[in-house]
Amino acid sequence: MFNEITISQILFVSTALFFIGVYGMFTRRNLITMLMSIELMLNSVNINFVAFNKYLFPEKMDGIFFSIFIIAIAAAEAAVAIAIIINLYRSHQSIDVEDANEMKY
Amino acid sequence: MNASVIIFYFISALILVSGIFAVTARKIFRAAIGLLFSLIGIAALFFWMDVNFLAAVQIVVYVGGIVVLIIFSIFLTDQSGNELPKTTLGRKIFSILAVVFAIAFVYNLINENNFHPSNDAFDNSVRRIGNNMLDTNTTGYALPFEVVSILLLAAMIGSIVIAMKSKNVEQKKQR
Repeated sequence: MFNEITISQILFVSTALFFIGVYGMFTRRNLITMLMSIELMLNSVNINFVAFNKYLFPEKMDGIFFSIFIIAIAAAEAAVAIAIIINLYRSHQSIDVEDANEMKY
Repeated sequence: MNASVIIFYFISALILVSGIFAVTARKIFRAAIGLLFSLIGIAALFFWMDVNFLAAVQIVVYVGGIVVLIIFSIFLTDQSGNELPKTTLGRKIFSILAVVFAIAFVYNLINENNFHPSNDAFDNSVRRIGNNMLDTNTTGYALPFEVVSILLLAAMIGSIVIAMKSKNVEQKKQR
């Protein structure tokens, strides 16, 4: 087990990283830190795609392309989310999700 | 144990430890630094897997773009020095339980599945990526490429429109 890295070990790292992001989503109540947890989850998915592509289907390139598109969409998502957060801070003077409850009921 | 294995364990430890730091740090700026090191570790993992182009893209877009954007937004919302409110103990305990059980469940699934790695070399040169990216045949990615470019344009315009100060708000403040 310790002489060679198998695909299972890489998948375990990405699983652990994904659930670290999930833990952040559960415990944090601040919009910027929740955005950071989402980035961690998206990155763990990228690791999975690349590992499957490299070790199981080396003749194809689909995993790399999925990762590239995920990175592009994550960049767009972060930009829009930060615009929304700054706008929310202007109107509420706070970026806590508990303070933004006008549309809750 | 050869050097490659040791490097893999070192990189994974860096990713996981700084990821845990990013979701548990009490100061938001320290959490951003933890995220930064976690993303650098993921880029290092891509280099370790010989996926050089993707590792470069990861560094340029995430480390150079998104983390800087997040740090800017932390400064713009004036919170870098304050401590985040503590999460309640009950929520923390149940989150940890849920996460640990989920990791055990998925790890069980991974172990049950027998992967059969192929021994072929993985050609991911930039030339091949570029040829595939603009290929209009059924295996090419020309259409998603164009769709993503439109999405990026829409996100750019949308974020400017959302974050722009409207004149009505300023007039209301003056009154």
